Amino acid sequence: MADIRNNFIGIKSPNPFWLASAPPTDKAYNVERAFKAGWGGVVWKTLGEEGPPVVNVNGPRYGAIWGADRRLLGLNNIELITDRDLQTNLREMKQVKMNWPDRALIASIMVPCVEENWKAILPLVEETGADGIELNFGCPHGMSERGMGSAVGQVPEYIEMVVRWCKQYTRMPVITKLTPNITDIRKPARAAHAGGTDAVSLINTINSITGVDLDSFAPQPTIDGKGSHGGYCGPAVKPIAMNMVAEIARDPETHGLPISGIGGITTWRDAAEFMALGAGNVQVCTAAMTYGFKIVQEMIAGLENWMDEKGHVSLSDIIGRATPNVTDWQYLNLNYVAKAHIDQDACIKCGRCHIACEDTSHQAITSMVDGVRHFEVIEAECVGCNLCVNVCPVEGCITMEPLAAGVLDQRTGKPVSPIYANWTTHPNNPMAKVAAE
Amino acid sequence: MATGHFIEGIAGGRLSSEQYADNFSDLHPPLDHHEALVESDRCYFCYDAPCMNACPTSIDIPLFIRQIATGNPLGSAKTIFDQNILGGMCARVCPTETLCEEVCVREVAEGKPVQIGRLQRYATDVAMGEGKQFYKRAEPTGKSIAVVGAGPAGLAAAHRLARHGHEVTILEARPKAGGLNEYGIAAYKSVDDFAQAEVDYVTAIGGIDIQNGKALGRDFQLADLMRNYDAVFLGLGLGGVNALRAEGEDADGVANAVEFIAELRQASDLSSLPVGRRVVVIGGGMTAVDAAVQSKLLGAEEVTICYRRGQEHMNASGFEQDLAAANGVTIRHWLQPKRVIAENGKVSAIELEYTAMSGDKLVGTGERLTLVADQVFKAIGQSFVPAHLNGSAEAIELEGGRIKVDAEGRTSLAKVWAGGDCIFGGDDLTVSAVAQGRDAAESIHRALTSNGRA
Repeated sequence: MADIRNNFIGIKSPNPFWLASAPPTDKAYNVERAFKAGWGGVVWKTLGEEGPPVVNVNGPRYGAIWGADRRLLGLNNIELITDRDLQTNLREMKQVKMNWPDRALIASIMVPCVEENWKAILPLVEETGADGIELNFGCPHGMSERGMGSAVGQVPEYIEMVVRWCKQYTRMPVITKLTPNITDIRKPARAAHAGGTDAVSLINTINSITGVDLDSFAPQPTIDGKGSHGGYCGPAVKPIAMNMVAEIARDPETHGLPISGIGGITTWRDAAEFMALGAGNVQVCTAAMTYGFKIVQEMIAGLENWMDEKGHVSLSDIIGRATPNVTDWQYLNLNYVAKAHIDQDACIKCGRCHIACEDTSHQAITSMVDGVRHFEVIEAECVGCNLCVNVCPVEGCITMEPLAAGVLDQRTGKPVSPIYANWTTHPNNPMAKVAAE
Repeated sequence: MATGHFIEGIAGGRLSSEQYADNFSDLHPPLDHHEALVESDRCYFCYDAPCMNACPTSIDIPLFIRQIATGNPLGSAKTIFDQNILGGMCARVCPTETLCEEVCVREVAEGKPVQIGRLQRYATDVAMGEGKQFYKRAEPTGKSIAVVGAGPAGLAAAHRLARHGHEVTILEARPKAGGLNEYGIAAYKSVDDFAQAEVDYVTAIGGIDIQNGKALGRDFQLADLMRNYDAVFLGLGLGGVNALRAEGEDADGVANAVEFIAELRQASDLSSLPVGRRVVVIGGGMTAVDAAVQSKLLGAEEVTICYRRGQEHMNASGFEQDLAAANGVTIRHWLQPKRVIAENGKVSAIELEYTAMSGDKLVGTGERLTLVADQVFKAIGQSFVPAHLNGSAEAIELEGGRIKVDAEGRTSLAKVWAGGDCIFGGDDLTVSAVAQGRDAAESIHRALTSNGRA
């Protein structure tokens, strides 16, 4: 049986599935239920400084978009950090950690960008026995208007400064949580690294408006006729998050910096993909908020089964395995040729591949052959774009088949070259490094 | 259980009033809003969709389903009505399992088609419930057209003609409009007087005058119409019922299934409608199933359909056969009626002969079977009665015993078009009658207005 125990910057947990700092981790009651369900760790919902806690809106806090059958694809929230008293949270954290010594318990923290404020809260957190801290530089709504959350995460100099304070004033490992609401994720990651962070976690939520009420013309979620951008999360953000994880993992300046992957993780497969791209573990929120804590059982069993099936013994066998395969476009092999192939036995003849190709792409799929409804790839027109695969409702019906070297590409009329050649050497590239033949 | 089951002979009041109400409730209850959204999500929005091509009226099915999915049921209804103004009834009575839903790619993929018929009903119910009229009449053309028969073909033709600005007079022999929608079709497929509601919805466009109790050949002649109107559309339906050609079929208790169905549709109190304790239905089509299932639902103890060929030859769809079986009707194949046995003039049994194929010919094997029966329904097909047409004008050309028309519905007589069951080459479906009526109306419009321009 595969060993999925996780050691993330020295923080041990029985599995790599943590609950992210968010509504599900706001109090002992929820966290106890999560641990009972099997979650390996929890990042407690973000603590603020001592004093009167923040307040939340009393109308809707969430908006959403849905796919077929109202399956939740994306969630948006405008809830702020914990609106409970700091001491209550600390007391509960201490008790929960005592009750569950084998689970990871991380404290998420957000206080103003002032050294004294950080210096003041860190010992209080340390006293709970928490395994580490996560610096919330990510929340894009509400707190950012007060100079915290993503307002910090968008300024690399601030990130580096605060990380440095934290490393100075606590012995706890520091995880820096990054906001995706920036242009280049490598900049804040480099800053956190420079400040001495033990790890980064990403992504936090993305600025978003989930909808507009077409009767009141108000953005959703709507509070008394008005709306404010919230933080977007859930399955819809996963591709964005994975790219950012990979960017940091393959950046020479931050290569090797531990990453806790966050963003739309719903199944074991999502988790495995994040880890393959370089995440040392993963954090989950929306999936739990949609289905409850029990989903972790599917994640644990699914990950173990897949690892057993593939012969992966421990998480280190999979973490970062896909990172070397993430490259720049300019290094992709332009001599690689693939053509779509439609399995006629699996085809249900919906014709979506045809119309997608005919209307919007390369006119490379038939709709009628000898007077009969028939969908077949015209290899002489197929550029191998993969759109037909993506719009086909039957999994595995259309596949991309690579042409072997030497085989005639009917579109170009030339045999497929066995030689790797990319844009940097292509004759059409005015900046080509090597002259073409 | 009510004891009425065991009354010998043909009797009413076999069930409790609750049982009648339950038995004749909606066969396919309407989808609610949530169900409609879930179901519409299943549609793949196919290119050149097979369902659309299978629909005799060519409704743009993927489009109307997408309109339901996007919260635009009125737009959806208009997509349906653009092609088929009787889309509400067709949603209820179409054998979708042999039309659109049979070719749905999800039927191919997983044996579970998108429920197109029920979605169509959802959208049309919304529009009709709101009394939403989508079409305005064009400027009056000054042309008047006579439509004979207020069935699906006649109504579809009348609506399209009225839209184009013509004045339409519908002459209908029966006391109510609707044709088979009103007088045929099992009651559980058209509850709450839907047929009349649909007639009202269709005629609300204006310019359509329905005159009931006016029978061709009795109250007026074709020649009158040809003289008094700019064009005539014949949507006569089938007036005759094929005979059993079995000895003794005039005994009491032998009846036409279509009349039984019509009587049932018009009954205000189902308990007053008598039915046999043991019923035999001769035939293998939709009418046979409708009569058999409804006999059972009225409380008959034993109902048997006897069909002279095999199961694969039955005109009743697989769904209809299953419906019969689920309601406790026994379907027997390869049996043809030979003799109705009567006691005191009333049917007491029917003698049948086993059949088999000899080459490509159906023959009796000589072996006989007697089934006890106190009621026998004939459902072996209906026929066109051309007599009403003749005598007053030059004879209309027939083919295969029905009116011969060209692709646009033109008969051999100038100014006379025809559609629905009375024409040759159709498939005797409501939806086909609608398509023929609609297309004939377009042809009439072109003929009267110099290629469509008034």
